[in-house]
Amino acid sequence: MSADPTGARDEGFDDFVDAVAEGEGYYLECDSGHGSVPPRRVCPDCGGSDLTETPLPDAGELRTYTVTHVATPSFSEDTPYVTAIASFGPVRITGQLREADPEELERGMPVELTTARSATTDRRLLAFDPR
Amino acid sequence: MTEVRIAGVGVTEFGNAPERTGRDLFGDASDDAFADAGVSRSDVESLRYGNFMGELAERQGHQGPLMAEAAGVRAPATRYESACASSSAALRSAVRDVRNGEEDVVLVGGAERMTNLGTAGATEALAIAADELWEVRQGVTFPGAYALMAQAYFDEYGGDRDDLAHVAVKNHEHAIGNELAHYQDPISVDDVLEAPPVSEPLGLYDSCPISDGASALVLVSEAYAEANDVDAPVAVTGSGQGGDDMALQDREYLARTPATNSAAKEAYEDAGIGPGDVDFVEVHDCFTIAEVLALESMGFYETGEGIGAARRGETTAEGDLPVNLSGGLKAKGHPVGATGTAQVAEITKLLRGDHVNSDAVADGTVGLAHNAGGTVASCLVHVVEEVVA
Ligand SMILES: [Zn+2]
Repeated sequence: MSADPTGARDEGFDDFVDAVAEGEGYYLECDSGHGSVPPRRVCPDCGGSDLTETPLPDAGELRTYTVTHVATPSFSEDTPYVTAIASFGPVRITGQLREADPEELERGMPVELTTARSATTDRRLLAFDPR
Repeated sequence: MTEVRIAGVGVTEFGNAPERTGRDLFGDASDDAFADAGVSRSDVESLRYGNFMGELAERQGHQGPLMAEAAGVRAPATRYESACASSSAALRSAVRDVRNGEEDVVLVGGAERMTNLGTAGATEALAIAADELWEVRQGVTFPGAYALMAQAYFDEYGGDRDDLAHVAVKNHEHAIGNELAHYQDPISVDDVLEAPPVSEPLGLYDSCPISDGASALVLVSEAYAEANDVDAPVAVTGSGQGGDDMALQDREYLARTPATNSAAKEAYEDAGIGPGDVDFVEVHDCFTIAEVLALESMGFYETGEGIGAARRGETTAEGDLPVNLSGGLKAKGHPVGATGTAQVAEITKLLRGDHVNSDAVADGTVGLAHNAGGTVASCLVHVVEEVVA
């Protein structure tokens, strides 16, 4: 099933998730070296329009996290689950941290980016594994 | 530039009213506002109306003309949507048009129905204020997004759940006797700490309730007030708006809200004041951490210092800077589209002396309203002052 309830496929975002699933995640880099995630027409930092897909570093660092107990209906069977933001080089990405003990979460924890599926809807999502 | 006066305010009780329609709620709020203002409905030149989730909660779009009808006003009407800051966005547009002489009498307000959706449904509806692709698909909820900010704050600057609990306790305390508030009962720090977790580190009592309600303001130009002998002793003297990246992940600092800095700076400059001139504040405390972030961004505390304010008693009714004397979103309730103009209605009553907590600011003449959308990707700040005769 399409990940999008409206049936749309966002070229920037869905291509990115496809690439992550293949182990080939990337970010967009402008001529000045700023990083951003797709979809972007211009660099959000400087407005530069020449954006190059640059491989994401394999190792990311946990920046912040939360254990969610009250979910929307789309994740009702997943609770409790950990959502986190991790930095990979110059960009940060939001994902679910699987296979981690919530008690052992801490900022700076090394993670890698992968994809997983919601236990509720089987829809694909961005995820982190401890590294 | 003409001064924008608040001639009348009306707010419904905030709380559980799943059997009432939005038009019914807004009809009540505007009835009260017109009665308070003593201004004829036929003089209204436009309605600016804020609403966020009407399509989801009521299967109702195009709410501008619908709500003009509900208010008994025959004038052009537009709905404004800026998530939880919707009615403040409506207010800003009205303030600008009254100032530039386009209009003399404007009805501004907002309404939201939420409780009929249930907790899961309202959680889903609120989540649409986040980025669907990068956040919601990964399971980020509205409390979850603020929890990410709270955890980042703890790690970056210190503070803990106990500090945040004092914010909730304070705002519940302020709501006692406010007959419009969703909750009017005191709570203890232990109540907050022991409440079920929603999205850790935030628990049930760190979170505003899911509420139904509506609010309305009748704004008039200074010239109209004088010509028609309208008693309008309170003015909107400053307006500011700020923006930020939609998704939290794209922001440089996860525990700061620069859209509030921008909105406050613009509003202060517009009113010709600084944070030191402000006597009391209504801030957007959808979650306890949000009050902390707002106070820091508006210049009342250095970054990382705001979290202890409630615990130290600085922001209570007796403190140097009373914050959320209405009870805030936390205890007064947060019917999203109604919140911004309800904050201004509360400040108006606090300044006029007809609010249950007016005595706490008896000498105060300057109030500030801070209203945020999403994780503060949208922010509006308004300065509201008592007019010196
Ligand atoms: Zn750049």
